[in-house]
Amino acid sequence: MKAKLLQGNEAIVEGALAAGCRFFAGYPITPSTEIAEGLALRLPQVGGVFIQMEDELASMGAIIGASLAGAKSMTATSGPGFSLMQENIGFASEAEIPCVVVNIMRGGPSTGLPTSPSQGDVMQSRWGTHGDHPIIVLSPSTVMECFHITVKAFNFSEKYRTPVIILGDEVIAHMREKVELPNPEGLEIIDRIKPTMPPEWYIPYENNARGVPAMASFGSGYRYHVTGLIHDVRGFPTSRPDEIEPFMHRLIQKIEKNLKDIQIVDPFMVEDAEITIVAYGCVARSAKRAVIDARKRGIKAGLLRLVTLWPFPRVYVEKVAEQSKVIIVPEMNMGQISREVKRVNEGRSRVITLNKVDSNIITPQEVFKKIREVL
Amino acid sequence: MSFRYEIRLSGSGGQGLILIGIILAEAAGIYEGRYVAQTQSYGPEARGGVSRSEVIISDEEIDYPKAMSLDMLLAMNQDSCDKYFHDLKQNGVLLVDSTFVSQIPTSYAIKIPFTLIAREKLGREIVANIVALGAITQFTDVVSIKSVESAVLDRVPKGTEKINMNALKEGIKAAKQAKEELRKLSKSFWKTT
Repeated sequence: MKAKLLQGNEAIVEGALAAGCRFFAGYPITPSTEIAEGLALRLPQVGGVFIQMEDELASMGAIIGASLAGAKSMTATSGPGFSLMQENIGFASEAEIPCVVVNIMRGGPSTGLPTSPSQGDVMQSRWGTHGDHPIIVLSPSTVMECFHITVKAFNFSEKYRTPVIILGDEVIAHMREKVELPNPEGLEIIDRIKPTMPPEWYIPYENNARGVPAMASFGSGYRYHVTGLIHDVRGFPTSRPDEIEPFMHRLIQKIEKNLKDIQIVDPFMVEDAEITIVAYGCVARSAKRAVIDARKRGIKAGLLRLVTLWPFPRVYVEKVAEQSKVIIVPEMNMGQISREVKRVNEGRSRVITLNKVDSNIITPQEVFKKIREVL
Repeated sequence: MSFRYEIRLSGSGGQGLILIGIILAEAAGIYEGRYVAQTQSYGPEARGGVSRSEVIISDEEIDYPKAMSLDMLLAMNQDSCDKYFHDLKQNGVLLVDSTFVSQIPTSYAIKIPFTLIAREKLGREIVANIVALGAITQFTDVVSIKSVESAVLDRVPKGTEKINMNALKEGIKAAKQAKEELRKLSKSFWKTT
């Protein structure tokens, strides 16, 4: 293990390769370009495939196809491209096709601020595609975490047959930190479960104890139908309510039943905190600094850093809401996670927002000032 | 008390400020084993516009990765000098490329014509950033010249090692001269070197 100076984006590349990603299709866009650049170089070295597509719609389509053929697949983009991917993200959710989508947030809406950080896509990452659908969204705060989160993202997508979004921001993506990449042998890598029965017995969307059907690779002798329409257990469109309901429930329940596994948070000095900051991404780093500064002045502050943004880590937020007098939610948007915090808070604690959309990261001083104000 | 050193390298896009930020971070982080965080901020243009790169060096894990009060500011054009001078802490080091910065906000500034040196002594303006990097090593002890040399060799394109090493040397030489002049100006300003 040799220490290296890596960018967040470069660490995502390394994480993807370690997790077994062998297919990338994308359309480079700032501030995620280094991911495409890195994988264009590295994937062929490990026998993988890199394709630069004509746009983000096609990129998303290509990774779905590659995943159906058995390859762990990924794309990377930023806000404008993420908008274009929504239709096919819905398809991947509905047809239960594992894939990883990296969205490095920049200022929006539209082409917005290509080179500036933002956290404006939190709601889009959850509800960008239509209909009730499962999705997992993870948000890294350090370069080292970019690596581990990417491995996790692939693991979740394979385990639960769902698209997983890595929601980064420009600061983390472009920041360079010293990291020591772990030995790949020491990492937990999860692969999708494949059918073991003879092909003629295979029922592609049949429920099982896990709620996640075994997934056959196209070309492996198992023939089945894949559609974005609500389908029966054989994968063909259905309009029978007695088939629709169990399908929709299974789709949602396979995530809901596994929240303990999926929801990751990183608490810092929350045990006795009277003021708790709930933050994620680059802003969590400013918040941590503010907490340290506040503690030095005898203020009982703490930080609940959210790594999993969706499904929203309700139980952890409820716990801090129960014990804190005030919750501060600093975000580089007009208030997206703060709405969720307010929703689960249900009047237990005071929820204060701190929003900034001027293209600059929220500073520790700004968070600290808010702490002083609410004291 | 924990140690945290903040450097901002600023100028216009294309002057190579992000590259020297990376080199500094590599020198301090990889070669000297400290904690480092290097961030950048630039406009959507390929060249021109404002560009800045920041390096935080610490002996403990770095939470906030951007500068809060600068120990050192390198300003490679007038705009960035005007814009960022006030972010310097008291007794912070201001290094300006006097090729482009004519209005200097303090007499304590270190004025070195990095671009002119690159053009006249090295024959290529493109290495002005490395000249500046050489000068930086003379005004801080957070990185050694040796680590910076190794980091430069790791990062510059093959075939340009020699001109970059010379650029580093010219920067160090110019910095030593500038330091001497400054010493005359104020004996108390620099404690020891």
